[in-house]
Amino acid sequence: MFSLQEIVETSKMFQDEKLDIRTITMGINLRDCADSNPKFACQKIYDKVTSFSKNLVKEGENISKELGIPVVNKRISVTPISIIAEASNTSNYLMFADTLDRAAKEVGVNFIGGFSALVHKGITSGDKNLISCIPQALASTERVCSSINVATTKSGINMDAVYQMGHIIKETAQKTEKEDGLGCAKLVAFANVPEDNPFMAGAFHGIGEAEAVINVGISGPGVIQSAVDRIPGTDFGTLAETIKKTAFKITRMGELVGQTAASRLDVPFGIIDISLAPTPSTGDSVAETLESMGLESCGTHGTTAALALLNDAVKKGGAMGSSYVGGLSGAFIPVSEDTGMIEAVENGSLGIDKLEAMTCVCSVGLDMIAVPGNTSPETLAAILADEVAIGVINQKTTALRIIPAPGKKEGEYVEFGGLLGKAPIMPTNKFSSAEFVRRGGRIPAPIHSLKN
Amino acid sequence: MSSTNKQKKNRIIITVLGPDKVGLISGVAKILSKNNINILDISQSILQEFLAMILVADMERSYIDVSSLKKELEVKGEELGVRIDTQHEDVFNYMHRI
Repeated sequence: MFSLQEIVETSKMFQDEKLDIRTITMGINLRDCADSNPKFACQKIYDKVTSFSKNLVKEGENISKELGIPVVNKRISVTPISIIAEASNTSNYLMFADTLDRAAKEVGVNFIGGFSALVHKGITSGDKNLISCIPQALASTERVCSSINVATTKSGINMDAVYQMGHIIKETAQKTEKEDGLGCAKLVAFANVPEDNPFMAGAFHGIGEAEAVINVGISGPGVIQSAVDRIPGTDFGTLAETIKKTAFKITRMGELVGQTAASRLDVPFGIIDISLAPTPSTGDSVAETLESMGLESCGTHGTTAALALLNDAVKKGGAMGSSYVGGLSGAFIPVSEDTGMIEAVENGSLGIDKLEAMTCVCSVGLDMIAVPGNTSPETLAAILADEVAIGVINQKTTALRIIPAPGKKEGEYVEFGGLLGKAPIMPTNKFSSAEFVRRGGRIPAPIHSLKN
Repeated sequence: MSSTNKQKKNRIIITVLGPDKVGLISGVAKILSKNNINILDISQSILQEFLAMILVADMERSYIDVSSLKKELEVKGEELGVRIDTQHEDVFNYMHRI
């Protein structure tokens, strides 16, 4: 039987430390939905998505009730739409976004990811059509998320796509001006994008994936923080070991929920994404976890080292806790979704430059960052270029989700509410990168030896 | 519920945490017996003035599902001034047993 200590520990994780399963995401292949007539293609997409996922929300809620584990979100990811829509005789892909939105509403999921294109080496006509539709698609739909992969370690950085994304991000913010640029919260640009990520806004169903799959994203910064708080002043070995053990336990919850969901929905279990995903509520923050390690405020010197330790220990513990770990798996550092990060920006200890350094060792990248509304597309593209360069050279996933807040200046806030939270607007570098990003072409893939 | 899950033992663990007082065990036990839920094991210890009670129960012939039971016990907990949490045994199996 279980000891008192074990039972109380588990009970506390759910009651006090905000442990939950952040998302059960069903990946659905849409490649068989391509049709030269876009109306037929959309009808096939709608029918397939709604039929595959019709029980997703219900079963997610049942599992949550039966096991007593909160499952916060139920979501869907689909094959990158540029691949499907390319077969259709149209250059306007808005109807595809609208179809996904309707399907998401019909089955009751809060987000559907996959209005996406993979353009890390070059752009096809379908990719081009899709990218140009992004601003309008994100403005006119509610639940559709979009992601674009602009670079990989194997093929380098597609700087044409990077430059174009600078404009697309800017335009998306302007099209959703009344909501503080909310559209940008649903748009991510990646380097080395994973094909099985269950987290939004970057989720899509990769082309190497099965017909349908269940991927699970766990949470748990609060649990890790409490564990760190219980061992003040211990050495780094103890710290890493404690985080590792805790991450293992959290991951086991994901494994249980993932396996149960897959068997109930009769869909293969894909992966658990063991990312520590913060929420705007207090005590569920990655920044506070770093501060618990002994930093006065997140962003000060030592933050990158602390995050590196945290990220690695989470991966080590998590990898043992599940049969299949994938997705982004690490620690997220989204500014608007993490109270500790918001405070750190407010008190001046955290800025874009430090965040960029942190992305070298965390799981993703510059996430949910608000910058002034007058930031130029060239500067946005240059921020993206920096971010993907880190990923390409270090053979890791990096990404950018940035909100050039329309009409707002440094010191003001964007407010999205809910899981997306609020973000203080951070200054960007005053000097221009325009000539650099306008050069066009590709940055070649990096050499894989001579590593220094 | 799928057939494989049905064959498994359908056991839950109820945790009661809070200040010790008269009527805690009977308060929980009454709800369980009313719903035809068999108590398999009870253990408790007092840490300073706080009580931690753990109760293992079998849901196999229960009239209600875990989620309704959880709600009912939570209400009872509030009435008694303690925290009562209900979870499936698998949660603990997964987390604490390799």
